[in-house]
Amino acid sequence: MSEYNFAYLDEQTKRMIRRAILKALAIPGYQVPFASREMPMPYGWGTGGVQLTAACLTPDDRLKVIDQGADDTTNAVSIRKFFQRTAGVTVTTATTDATLIQTRHRIPETPLTQGQILVYQVPIPEPLRFLEPRETETRKMHELEEYGLMHVKLYEDIARHGQIATSYAYPVKVEGRYVMDPSPIPKFDNPKLSDSPAIQLFGAGREQRIYALPPHTHVVSLDFDDHPFRATKADHACDLCGADASYLDEVVTDDAGGRMFVCSDTDFCTARVAAGHKGRLAAEAA
Amino acid sequence: MYVAVKGGERAIDNAHAWLAEERRGDPDLPLMTVDQIKAQMALAVNRVMAEGSLYDPDLAALAIRQARGDLIEAVFLIRAYRTTLPRLGASVPVDTGAMAVDRRVSATFKDLPGGQVLGPTFDYTHRLLDFADQAAVDPAPLAVPDTGPVPHVMAILDRDGLIEPSPRDDTPAPDLTREPLELPANRPLRLQALARADEGFVLGLAYSTQRGYGRTHAFVGELRIGRVPVQMHIPELDMTIDIGEIELTECETVNQFKGSRTEPAQFTRGYGLVMGQSERKAIAVSLVDRALRWQELGEDFTGAPAQDQEFVLSHCDNIQATGFLEHIKLPHYVDFQAELELVRRLRTDSAKDAQ
Repeated sequence: MSEYNFAYLDEQTKRMIRRAILKALAIPGYQVPFASREMPMPYGWGTGGVQLTAACLTPDDRLKVIDQGADDTTNAVSIRKFFQRTAGVTVTTATTDATLIQTRHRIPETPLTQGQILVYQVPIPEPLRFLEPRETETRKMHELEEYGLMHVKLYEDIARHGQIATSYAYPVKVEGRYVMDPSPIPKFDNPKLSDSPAIQLFGAGREQRIYALPPHTHVVSLDFDDHPFRATKADHACDLCGADASYLDEVVTDDAGGRMFVCSDTDFCTARVAAGHKGRLAAEAA
Repeated sequence: MYVAVKGGERAIDNAHAWLAEERRGDPDLPLMTVDQIKAQMALAVNRVMAEGSLYDPDLAALAIRQARGDLIEAVFLIRAYRTTLPRLGASVPVDTGAMAVDRRVSATFKDLPGGQVLGPTFDYTHRLLDFADQAAVDPAPLAVPDTGPVPHVMAILDRDGLIEPSPRDDTPAPDLTREPLELPANRPLRLQALARADEGFVLGLAYSTQRGYGRTHAFVGELRIGRVPVQMHIPELDMTIDIGEIELTECETVNQFKGSRTEPAQFTRGYGLVMGQSERKAIAVSLVDRALRWQELGEDFTGAPAQDQEFVLSHCDNIQATGFLEHIKLPHYVDFQAELELVRRLRTDSAKDAQ
């Protein structure tokens, strides 16, 4: 076995996945069960996303893979290499150049455009899972649109902490129907889910679920009238490129409380630096 | 000074090179051959085949060497390879009654047709390490006894109506590897999942039933290990041909009876079938199978983990479990940053409230 099929999966498997994708696009936010395959990387490393990418890739695609917003994190490198090897597609780090972007935990800062596909890696697709561990129950709750438990949870947060204490994987409602887990993106990214011109696909390999947001789908983060949703980030500007509205990583620089903040989206930051933008520590870092 | 974390690719290449070196170990020692592993680590090979769901001793042995003896890693290699194989067709059900048995014991009858055959068992060995050269001495070859026909013990009970009937059912079993797991799962699907489940997990569950968490009072009616032919029906020729032979371990338990004033009492069944020689697993599967049948047998759900099919089936696969468990070592900077920011904000707010 030295030769693999294009993008590793056999055509029958891809067809099965594409059918699930089409169903998911037809019912935005609904979790479609699919016969997830064992992939050559472990469950939890993005097998759901990898299967979606494999099913969507064509030889002309330009693939970008990010993890934590960055193109050079180890698992992003590993997945990109996998598709270079098994599909031979062009890879890129530029969000604007990519036709398909596989991501873990972030939505790129640069707005996506029509014709692009964003593939999310999803660990636990069920937004109600930590309120109700049984799949048989949560599927029924979705069927009946029985989302009271989720609102009670958010209300209890406010009662205990004065605000909704969910900072990532913040639940959303899709087109007024399904409550959906946006994967563990920071809630800062939630507004980008709505009305995006790109196709957004979500794959959970271990849990055997695919769901999707077709272009220009209305997505609302759950909240209350008197406690509206707020997309938050660290209250700093990027120390490298000076961006004040991008999501930041905190980097510990010494053992005496020293910190710096840098864009988690490496492509966005690099492009800004190249365009001449400077942050607080730009000279030092260069 | 902060240096952007570049060089993930080089780090990965170096890690792989180091792994290869560690895997090989001392280069002055000869490399273990796959044949040696297959012959002398046969039970490890069997476990990898069973949990990898692929009957191929050569590949399992290769995987064990590649995985440095980490059997779950070896199972993973086999599963990932198995995914790429085309599905040519399904065999006809194997006939375990016609098994060429190497081992066959019953705990319920002292003697019975086919007899008690101990076979190559650890059961009565004294667990004393062979420090001397005993292990290096080649044992004298034994004549393989011909046991003659070995009918199933359950059939003997069945003839007298003492055990719940288990009529032949030719409904095709669902395929766990080709369809998403849907709950509730029927018994064939549950047995399929348990056959490839992690041995340790199933052992723990089965043990818990013995200690009272979903007790089923099991006797090992029969445990048999041996080889069965695998046959395929070729529709073009309208004939059934042998395509190979596999080793299986089958365990059937006789459990607490059911019955009422109108229905005479009958023992009930638990069943376990596992690829290779793997009797601990087969016994464990049969106990868990029986515990999972509480509903159809009209028993109470006592809340025991082994009775709860959603709990058992969702957590018994070691490749799923180890992947999800270990993935938390991957970068989570973004989520952690979001949590940090939230906790800092909550602390600021509560400090303000305190003033």
